Amino acid sequence: MRVPLKWLSEYVDLTIGPKELAERLTMAGVEVAEVITAAGEWDGITVGHVVDVSPHPNADRLVLATVDLGGEQQTVVCGAPNVAAGQKVPFARTGARLIDGRTGEHTVLRPAVIRGVESAGMVCSEKELGLSEYHEGIMVLADDAPVGVPIASFLGDPVFDLEPTPNRPDLLSIIGVAHEVAALTAAPVRDPSSEYSAARKPIKGRVQVQIDDPDLCPRYVAALIDNISVEESPAWMQERLMAAGLRPINNVVDITNYVMLELGQPLHAFDLTRVGGRKIIVRRAHAGETLILLDGAEQKLSADMLVIADAEAPVALAGVMGGLNSEINLNTTTVLLESANFHGPNIRRTAGALKARTDASNRFEKGLSPHLPPIAAQRAVKLMVEMCGGKAADGIIDVYPGKRKDIRVTVTQRRLHALLGMELPVARVRQVLSSLGFSCRWVPPDRFVVRVPYWRTDVSIADDVVEEVARIIGYDELPTTRLRGALPPAQPQPRRDLRTRVADILAGAGMQEVITYSLTSLGALRKVVAPEDLSVDAPLRIANPMSQEQEYARTSLRASLLRTLADNVRRRDEFTALFETARVYLPRPGDLPDEVETVAAVITGRAPGRWGEPEGEPAGFYEAKSYLDMLLGRLGVSAEYAETADYALLPGRAAAVSVDDRRIGLAGQVHPRVASQFDLEAPVAMFELDLDALLPHVAGPRRYQPAAPYPAVEEDIAVIVNRDMPGARVQSIIQAAPLVRSARLFDVYSGPQVPPGKKSLAFSISYQAADHTLTDEEVRRQQERILTRLRGEVGAELRG
Amino acid sequence: MAATPDPAPLMPSDNESLTQIESQARSELDAVDDDDALERWRVSYLGRRGRLTLVLRGLTSLPLEERKSVGAQANRLKRELEAELQEKKARLGQSATEALIAERIDVTLPGPPLRAGRLHPTTQTLRDMLDCFVSMGFQVVEGPEIEWDHYNFEALRIPKDHPARDMWDTLWIDAQEESDRPMLLRTHTSPMQIRIMEQAQPPIRVVVPGKCYRYEATDPTHEWMMTQVEGLAVDEGISMADLKGTLADFAHRIFGPDRKVRFRCDYFPFVEPGMELRIDCFLCGGEGCRTCSRSGWIEILGAGMVHPEILESVGYDSERYTGFAFGMGVERIAMLRHGIDDIRLFYSNDLRFLDQF
Ligand SMILES: [Zn+2]
Repeated sequence: MRVPLKWLSEYVDLTIGPKELAERLTMAGVEVAEVITAAGEWDGITVGHVVDVSPHPNADRLVLATVDLGGEQQTVVCGAPNVAAGQKVPFARTGARLIDGRTGEHTVLRPAVIRGVESAGMVCSEKELGLSEYHEGIMVLADDAPVGVPIASFLGDPVFDLEPTPNRPDLLSIIGVAHEVAALTAAPVRDPSSEYSAARKPIKGRVQVQIDDPDLCPRYVAALIDNISVEESPAWMQERLMAAGLRPINNVVDITNYVMLELGQPLHAFDLTRVGGRKIIVRRAHAGETLILLDGAEQKLSADMLVIADAEAPVALAGVMGGLNSEINLNTTTVLLESANFHGPNIRRTAGALKARTDASNRFEKGLSPHLPPIAAQRAVKLMVEMCGGKAADGIIDVYPGKRKDIRVTVTQRRLHALLGMELPVARVRQVLSSLGFSCRWVPPDRFVVRVPYWRTDVSIADDVVEEVARIIGYDELPTTRLRGALPPAQPQPRRDLRTRVADILAGAGMQEVITYSLTSLGALRKVVAPEDLSVDAPLRIANPMSQEQEYARTSLRASLLRTLADNVRRRDEFTALFETARVYLPRPGDLPDEVETVAAVITGRAPGRWGEPEGEPAGFYEAKSYLDMLLGRLGVSAEYAETADYALLPGRAAAVSVDDRRIGLAGQVHPRVASQFDLEAPVAMFELDLDALLPHVAGPRRYQPAAPYPAVEEDIAVIVNRDMPGARVQSIIQAAPLVRSARLFDVYSGPQVPPGKKSLAFSISYQAADHTLTDEEVRRQQERILTRLRGEVGAELRG
Repeated sequence: MAATPDPAPLMPSDNESLTQIESQARSELDAVDDDDALERWRVSYLGRRGRLTLVLRGLTSLPLEERKSVGAQANRLKRELEAELQEKKARLGQSATEALIAERIDVTLPGPPLRAGRLHPTTQTLRDMLDCFVSMGFQVVEGPEIEWDHYNFEALRIPKDHPARDMWDTLWIDAQEESDRPMLLRTHTSPMQIRIMEQAQPPIRVVVPGKCYRYEATDPTHEWMMTQVEGLAVDEGISMADLKGTLADFAHRIFGPDRKVRFRCDYFPFVEPGMELRIDCFLCGGEGCRTCSRSGWIEILGAGMVHPEILESVGYDSERYTGFAFGMGVERIAMLRHGIDDIRLFYSNDLRFLDQF
C-alpha cells in the first residue's frame, strides 16, 4: 500500500517529519517498508542544468561546475567524480536547507571559499537531500527535469510504502493510516465529505437488487448516477492515483479506485444499460457458467464462486473483477455503482483458484467492515456529481441481510496489568483508545467498556484492546522483567542427546558435518536405493514441488551425501569425510510418516602425510569402519559385523551392523556403478546407522573397573584358517576364553608362506587373573585350550 | 617371553679370575658409547647371568678362607662397577641431550596435519542458542517435520482461506487418496506449541528446534529449508514484560551486551499482543545500510502472548494462565553473527564455506 503523504495530510495534520513518522508507525505495528521519496526540507533547492565542467585551478580532485538555473548561472566547486556537462542535477543555493553529507545533520548551506575559489551553492547528493545514504556522487535527475523549478515539485511528495499485516484491512486505506497517525501524534482526523444533493428521482424502482446467497454477501449497496460524461479525470486525481501506484483510466473508474484507496472499500461501476433487466442478483455461479473478465480472460466458474449477475448472466466476479460485458465505456451515461461486502475466505478462494488476485480481492479477503459500503458509495457519488457532470438519483439501495452490531469489549484493569506487566492510569488508557477512534467507558472499580470503531475488524476480545493500548504507548515503554516461578520437571530427551553425541564424536574424529536438503528427486533415490526398497517405502511426494530436484521426502541420506561429496572433491583433492544426522521419512498408511533419526557418512581420498600432501592408499571400507568402531565404542555399544549385500555397495565390501541380532545399519564401499553416477571416480566408503534402532543399546554411565593388581602376561599366537573365515569369529573365540583380558589382531597374511586358500591371523593376547599372578604353566594351558577350540570350531592350525 | 627357571649357577673357570673380569669390564665400559651398548655391558657383567654375578653365586662352593677373600673382592668390584655404570649412564644421557640441543630444529615449520572435523555453522549457532535458553530454565523438545494441517495452521488460528496463510507459503504432501486431513512440511516450529500444551499442564517452559520448509524461491536472504527455534512459556503471572526480559537476555547473550534491543508491535494469528524483536544494525551502527534496509534496525524474531483462544482450546483456563511464545530463524542469527551475506551458502555445503567455522 503506497501512501502519498500529501494525500494523507488531507485527513490528518502531519506534525512530525516523514522519517520520524515512519519510525513511529513501524514501532506501532504499521510497518513502513520504505519512504519512497523522503523530501526533507528542500527550500532553496532547484533543478539545474550542468553546462560546463572545468578543472579547479588549485586542486586535482575538484572541478568547477557551471550550472544553469533557468535565467541565471552559478559556478560552484564540486568534488563528485560523476559530475558531467549536460546533466540535470539538484542545485542548492546559499541558504538552502539540506542534510550535511558527512554528519547526517540538518544544516543551512553557507557560501564558502574552497581552495581559493568562491562557491555560492552546491550540486547535491541523494544523502544531502535525505533521499538515501548515497554520498559517493551527485544525484543525476531525469533528462526531462524542468530547469529552474523547485526540486520538491519535480521529485514529488514522499510516499510511504506500507506493509500492513493481514489482520488490518483498514490500513489498506489512506483514512485508516490517518487514524494511526492521529493516535500516534495526538492530532484529530478529518473525514472526507460525502455530501451531495440528489438531482433525480429516487433510485427505488429503477433498479432491483437481490441477494440469493447472504452467507457470502452480507450487504449490497447500489447507487445510480445519470448524465455522466466519461472522460479523463482532473490532473490532481491522476497525480494522486499515480503516486499511490495506480494507472488512471477514466473519471468513473478513477473515482472508484480513488475511493477504494481513500476509504478501503472496493467499488465497481456498471453501465446500467448493459445490466440486463436492470436487475442485480448476487448468487453462486451455476456450474459451467463462464465470464470474460475485464482483463480479457474467459474464466470457467464453479458453483462455490460468487457472481454478480443481471437477469440473464454474470456481469462480474464478486469482489474480484468486473466483467467485460458490463464495463464502463466512453458512451456510458448512467452508472450503477456497487459498494458491497463479501465473505473474505470465499473471495480469497475464488481469486486464488482463478489466479486473479486484485486490489479489490486483496481487501475483501481480509474481512472488511459491513459498515463501509454506504459511506463509500456516497463519497463516490459525490465525486461523480462534481467531476463527471453526474446527476445522482435520490437515495441508495441498501440490502443488508448480514447486519452486524457494534462490537463491545470489556477489559479489566487486572487483565491489562497481567498482560503488560505494569499498571496504567485509567485516564491514559481512555486517552489512547479514544485517539484510535474507540469509545471507552470506565466502570469502577475495574472495568473499561470499549466500543470498537467499525473499521477495526481485527479487534474483538480484551487482549486485542490491550495490544492497542500497548502499541500506541510503545512496547519500549513496558517494563522488562525475568521469568519467575516453579520450573516444570525435567523430561529426558534421549533421542536428541544421542544425535548430539554422535555429531560430537564424529566431528571430534575429524569428520565435517553437513546439512543437506530433506527433499530430493526420485532419480537421485533410484541411484542409491534398490527398486524393491523404493516400492516398499515409496517416498512421500510433494503435491506442489518447486522443482523435480525437490519432489520427494527422502527415505535415505545416501544420495544427498554422495552429491555433496562429489561437489566438493571436484574442488579439492584431499581426504574428505562428511557426515550428516537427519531424519528420513518412511510413510505409514493413514498417519504421519515415521521420521527416523539417521546418521550417514561418506569418506574418500588419501590421508595427508607429514606435509599435508595426500599419501598412501585411498580410504576404503576399513576407514569407514574405523569411524564406526570408534563411534560405537564411545557409545558403549558392541556391534557385530556380517557380510551383506546392498544395492549401492560393492559385493564383498559391504557389512551389516547389528546389535543383539537387531540390524542397525550398514558399512561398505560404494559400488563404482553408483559412484560414477555422482561423477565420483576415486573409491568412496560409507556407513549409515538408524539412530532410533541404536538408541536402546547405548550404554548408560560406564561402570568403573579397578585395575587388577596382578600383572598381565602377553603372548602372541598366529593361526592359519580358510581365507573366507571371518576374523571376528576367530577373535571372539579367543576373547571368550577364561583369563583372556584382551585379544588384539595385529597381522593378517595370505601369500606364499601359507597354503593356498588360507590366511594367517596373528593375535596379541593379554592374560590376567583378578586374584593372583599367573604362572607360565597356567598361561600355557589356557593357550592350549584356545587352540583346541579354534581347531574344532573354525578349523584353525597354529602357524609354525 | 614367560619366565623360565634359573639354571644352576656355574663356577668361574680357573682362568676367569676377578682381575681378568675387572680389567675387561673397565676397558669394555670405556668403549661403550650409547645406551644400547651400555645395557649389553650391564647384562654381560652384572645381569642375572653376568660374569660377576656368577662369581658371587659360585662363592658357596669355595673353601671358607677363599670364600672370604674372593667374596670381599667380588663385592667391592660389584659396587665399583655399579657406580661406574651409573656415572656412564649420566654421561651418555648428558651427551644425548647436548646432541639434541646442538641439532636444533626449525620451530616455524608446521606440525603434521591433524584432520579437523567441524560441526555445521547452523548446528553451532543452534547449540549456543539452546544453551542460552536452557540456562533460563527452558527444556529442549522436538517434533515432527511432516505435520498435519491441523497443527501447522488450524489449531494456530489460521483456518483455510485465511489471509494470514500468505505469511507461510506451504509445501503440501501429495495425498494418495482424498483426505480431509492434509499433510504438509511444517512451515514453522509453532505446531509444537499445541502438541506440547495438549500433553502437559502449566508450568511450561520449552524451546523447540527443528527444520522448517517454505514454498519459496531462493535468493541471498531466502531459503526454502531453514532451522527455527520456537519458545513457549505458560504459567500464572507471565506478562509481556517477562517476554521482553527473556528475549533481551537472549539477544544480549548471543549478540553481545552492547547491542540495543527494541520491541515493536507485530501480528501473528496465534499470539495477542504480538511483537517483533529488533537489534541495532551492527554494520552501520544504526545509520541505515543495505543489510538493515536503511532502517538501522535488524529484525531478529517474532513473538507474543499466547492467544487466549489457543490456551482455551487445549483446556487451559486463560484467565488463570498466560504465556508467551517466540520463534526465530537459526540461519539468520548465524548470518548476523558471522557476517554471512547469502543464506544459500548454508545448505550448499561447500567445504570452503564450512571450513571457516
Ligand atoms: Zn545497517
